[in-house]
Amino acid sequence: MTTMRYALSDSATMLRRNLRHALRYPSLTLLVAGIPVIFLLLFVYVFGETLGAGLGGAAGSLDGRAAYVNYVTPGIILLGVAGTAQGTAISVAMDMTEGIIARFRTMAIFRPSILTGHVVGSTIQTMLGMAIVIGVALLVGFRPTADLIEWIATIGVLAMITFALTWLSVALGLAPKTVEAASNLPMPLMLLPFLGSGFVPTDSMPAALRWFADYQPFTPVMETLRGLLFGTPIGDSAVLAVAWCAAITLVGYLWAKKLFNRDPAR
Amino acid sequence: MATTPSRPAIAAAGLRKSFGNLVVLDGIDLHVAEGTIFALLGPNGAGKTTTVQILSTLIGADGGEIRVAGHDPARDPDEVRAAIGVTGQFSAVDNLLTGEENLILMADLHHLGRAEGRRRAAGLLDQFDLAGAAKKPVATYSGGMRRRLDLAMGLVGDPRLVFLDEPTAGLDPRSRRTMWQIIRDLAADGVTVFLTTQYLEEADRLADRIALLDHGRLVAEGSPDELKRLVPGGHIRLQFADFDGLEAAARALGEGVREEEELALNVPSDGGVKSLRTLLDRLDAVSIEVEELSVHTPDLDDVFLALTGRTEHTKESVR
Repeated sequence: MTTMRYALSDSATMLRRNLRHALRYPSLTLLVAGIPVIFLLLFVYVFGETLGAGLGGAAGSLDGRAAYVNYVTPGIILLGVAGTAQGTAISVAMDMTEGIIARFRTMAIFRPSILTGHVVGSTIQTMLGMAIVIGVALLVGFRPTADLIEWIATIGVLAMITFALTWLSVALGLAPKTVEAASNLPMPLMLLPFLGSGFVPTDSMPAALRWFADYQPFTPVMETLRGLLFGTPIGDSAVLAVAWCAAITLVGYLWAKKLFNRDPAR
Repeated sequence: MATTPSRPAIAAAGLRKSFGNLVVLDGIDLHVAEGTIFALLGPNGAGKTTTVQILSTLIGADGGEIRVAGHDPARDPDEVRAAIGVTGQFSAVDNLLTGEENLILMADLHHLGRAEGRRRAAGLLDQFDLAGAAKKPVATYSGGMRRRLDLAMGLVGDPRLVFLDEPTAGLDPRSRRTMWQIIRDLAADGVTVFLTTQYLEEADRLADRIALLDHGRLVAEGSPDELKRLVPGGHIRLQFADFDGLEAAARALGEGVREEEELALNVPSDGGVKSLRTLLDRLDAVSIEVEELSVHTPDLDDVFLALTGRTEHTKESVR
């Protein structure tokens, strides 16, 4: 394919287009950072003292609110990632209704660049949103013990899960016919941090729920983050996290590509 | 311009396309010579947009042999894409960007390089009278401005073949004339233009060749004059005050098509002064009062009527 030659340059062009959209219409970006910050403050100041008291051994020497802010921050960050997935699906679905996409389809460009522009753009937006969330968390008492290497690994894990969920949400944005449907499809992702170890340890849950919580993709990611940030045991969580992210990325990419290469409906 | 026999810009044979059970294109043949303006004329739902979508690689055909700029859109879509510029029925512009950013986006996708891309964008903004609005978001543009930007975006890559799907639909008369001039200028530069329209006048004024599309079939093809010749001459329309007048005139002349509801009689005529005088003399001889008289030379509306049995205006909706 002759257009392969321009894969990088076309992807960079499409990324510029998406970043320009995000800069010009920042409401979605702000929402993406704003919602997790609100949840963070809510969980730390409203539920924190009580939930922190119930953490038991999971929180080390701290107790109450101080313990809970450390415990809940990785969950809040993943809640933010899942929330961005919804934003990505909406912006992809809206973009597909624009005439310019039909124009792109009649040009000799590297076609997947239209999608990679969205994926890389959203990943950057999400990482910035997460930086804001971590900044606020530090202000309200989040005190990780990680060293530089562990921080870099943390950022790597976050980038991995963001990239994976973004590809999935691009597909979720392409699959339905309407923007409204596209905004609803990724909703269940927002529940996953709650139905895992995001807000309370899974061993406090009833058996069936606990089984689901232990084996869903967000839990190993959150446990890996806790291990890197606080030195808690990681065990096989890291391997599971990488495997889940790779699998979600692959499924999301292949599905999105297939959906995008359909004949556009009239 | 010397016309050397060259490969056609577009050649299609037996082009077919259905959406579910609905047959949209039922085997059409197209031949568009390089450097000409070709108009695909037809009512809404005739299959015009589908034809453009197939020829411009947006959707696949169900059957038929197609060559666009010498390549098969199904086998070598990128070769076709590299040769064409497309302006869709609904403006294919990025509403969140400015006019200038839209053009530079196109320049980047054509890999023109930064300096050349900016130069080309500035040139097109000037040429299409958009320089004043270059830094404004497209969302604030008027319909005519959007259409001009849309066309300009299709020209960034300097295509030799341009598809214009209903380029003047929804434009006011002034913007329409501007668009016509732009299309003529393109053709003067040797660009092949394939346009669709439902305006007979537009096809008549712009096109070298016209194909009439109706219910997914081509019902006629030729130059505007050739098509008009398909209709046997024009007619003189006589309008009467009452039914008796119409009745008497029809008897006296012994020919013509009666439109009883309109109290009108259409009498075949070449439209010349001599035949007109003869006609009036014959009516005078039997003292018939004519309310109104008008001379009709054949236009494409007549062609459409003659070929499909319907006027363009009484078209029925197919979807």
